[in-house]
Amino acid sequence: MTILKTDKITMKFGGLTAVKEFSLELNQNEIVALIGPNGAGKTTAFNMITGVYRPTSGKIIYNGQSIDGLKPDAITRLGLARTFQNIRLFKELSVLDNVFIANHLHLKSNIFEAIFRLPRYRREEKEKLQKSEFLIEKLGLKDFIKEKSSSLPYGLQRRLEIARALATNPQILLLDEPAAGMNPKETDDLTAFIKEIRDEFNLTIFMIEHHMHLVMGISDRIYVLDHGVTIAQGNPYEIQNDPRVIEAYLGVSEDAEN
Amino acid sequence: MKRRDIILTSASILLLLVFINFASGNLDAYKVRILNLCAIYTVLGLSMNLINGFTGLFSLGHAGFMAVGAYTTAILTMSQVTKQQNFFLAPILPPLDKLNVPFLFALLIGGLLSAFVAFLIGAPALRLKGDYLAIATLGFSEIIRIVFTNTQRITNGALGLKSIPNTTNLWWSYGAAVITIAIMALLINSSYGKAFKAIREDEIAAESMGINLFKHKVLSFVIGAFFAGVGGGLLGSLMGTIDPLMFRFSFTFSILLIIVLGGMGSMTGTVIAAFIISSATELLRFLDQSINLGFVVIPGVSGLRMVVFSALLMIVVLFFRNGLMGTNEFSWDKIINLFQRKPLIKRRLGQ
Repeated sequence: MTILKTDKITMKFGGLTAVKEFSLELNQNEIVALIGPNGAGKTTAFNMITGVYRPTSGKIIYNGQSIDGLKPDAITRLGLARTFQNIRLFKELSVLDNVFIANHLHLKSNIFEAIFRLPRYRREEKEKLQKSEFLIEKLGLKDFIKEKSSSLPYGLQRRLEIARALATNPQILLLDEPAAGMNPKETDDLTAFIKEIRDEFNLTIFMIEHHMHLVMGISDRIYVLDHGVTIAQGNPYEIQNDPRVIEAYLGVSEDAEN
Repeated sequence: MKRRDIILTSASILLLLVFINFASGNLDAYKVRILNLCAIYTVLGLSMNLINGFTGLFSLGHAGFMAVGAYTTAILTMSQVTKQQNFFLAPILPPLDKLNVPFLFALLIGGLLSAFVAFLIGAPALRLKGDYLAIATLGFSEIIRIVFTNTQRITNGALGLKSIPNTTNLWWSYGAAVITIAIMALLINSSYGKAFKAIREDEIAAESMGINLFKHKVLSFVIGAFFAGVGGGLLGSLMGTIDPLMFRFSFTFSILLIIVLGGMGSMTGTVIAAFIISSATELLRFLDQSINLGFVVIPGVSGLRMVVFSALLMIVVLFFRNGLMGTNEFSWDKIINLFQRKPLIKRRLGQ
């Protein structure tokens, strides 16, 4: 079942076309990767889907509903959560608060109920705290729950970002280079981990990634962007043997040689 | 809250009550006034810290909100006769001349009106970020002042309002301070308060986590303005006289000084700094008089006080970059730990 579909979305910055007619289809519970050399427009495509940019043209359909032009917070509320390429945690806040804040969008109590701790707010707060603690434990961050998020080691900060994204109750999780800066061992762990959360939380995952090892091992389908144009799509085997991809990307990538 | 904390908090509030009771009977008017100012600046500082320190909105419109609160409270509490005496150039606008409500309601209405003005200002201005927001809010605050200077029949224009009933006493000001501290603490630690902090930490991430930036910025701005209005009302009633010039940019700056000195994003810091700033300007007054050092007599230089004050501030800014408290808050645990100093190793193990 198609859950997210983009129809020829194009993003122009003045005279520069960052992404041209990108058409994507995500099916329920799939893991789909978007790859391409640096500057190919992967993050721009991501930003269009998550509402950071409004596409110059084209349509984005999520669960049969058009979402292009909506604000990022509205899109997250509909069930698309993301992480960032260069980690964007709430640095001064604790691990628990980072995850707790991501629950805020589903809060029904108004600000007066919150200030005066009326019963509905107290009940909601308790629920959300339990959920946050559950997620933190699930993602192996339990020992750091009270720590400031910026004091975590790099790999754990990435995990915390995923925990935070999961707290918004997403249907689709968008990961922007989840393995960036990780060593091979951590990357392997991440591969298993992504599959695990997909099954556990019934997610559809769309990710940008550079580590070919990770991408080829995990993806159901892959899209390849180069200079804003989709040059190939298909399953990992097809992509690995596509001459245009090899020329544009894999042939020059260090990862592919390993 | 733990049982112990509840007991300790109640005990300290009780202690405060005993102190206020003692102070209002035994201290001279000058000292009482300084104590009043300390509490009112606490209210004003906390209200600004919510906007600037906790939500990270660089707003410089505080004097405007205080003016709205101060004028509203003053007009609503002055008697009909006093109003007639005040408005001798042009009579006061009809429904206002008879309006008279108890001080508490006047304060609340002042706060609400100030919050409403903040909403009107915030709706366009909060779409801006950083320095642009600062300039816009500063501009709006000046607009409020200019409007007040020119609405002769409502605010008595540049003449200002005199003989405002001096209702503010230690009970009112400390009552307001304690309530403000309590509400702010509850707000900051609620889901909404955490959303505010998230906006301060990283707007883009906060928005991606489903926080409606505009709604939450306006909320914080409006709540901050409400307390600024209440603080302004208390101040007007304490002074007994207000005029538009009082609410110039320099007033916003004094409050900004308090929150920067105390630490942006620390309520404890704001309270401490409010007390330091309001009393230090008075305590350093001896510097303006001639000082006899025994072997040499320094003649009195008026203004030396402010020079020393500025120098002290510079030292704080240089050596405590994040203010006195940073973003740390007071807690009974910390106080108790301070008294039961265990050897360092034990404490490490305890963690």
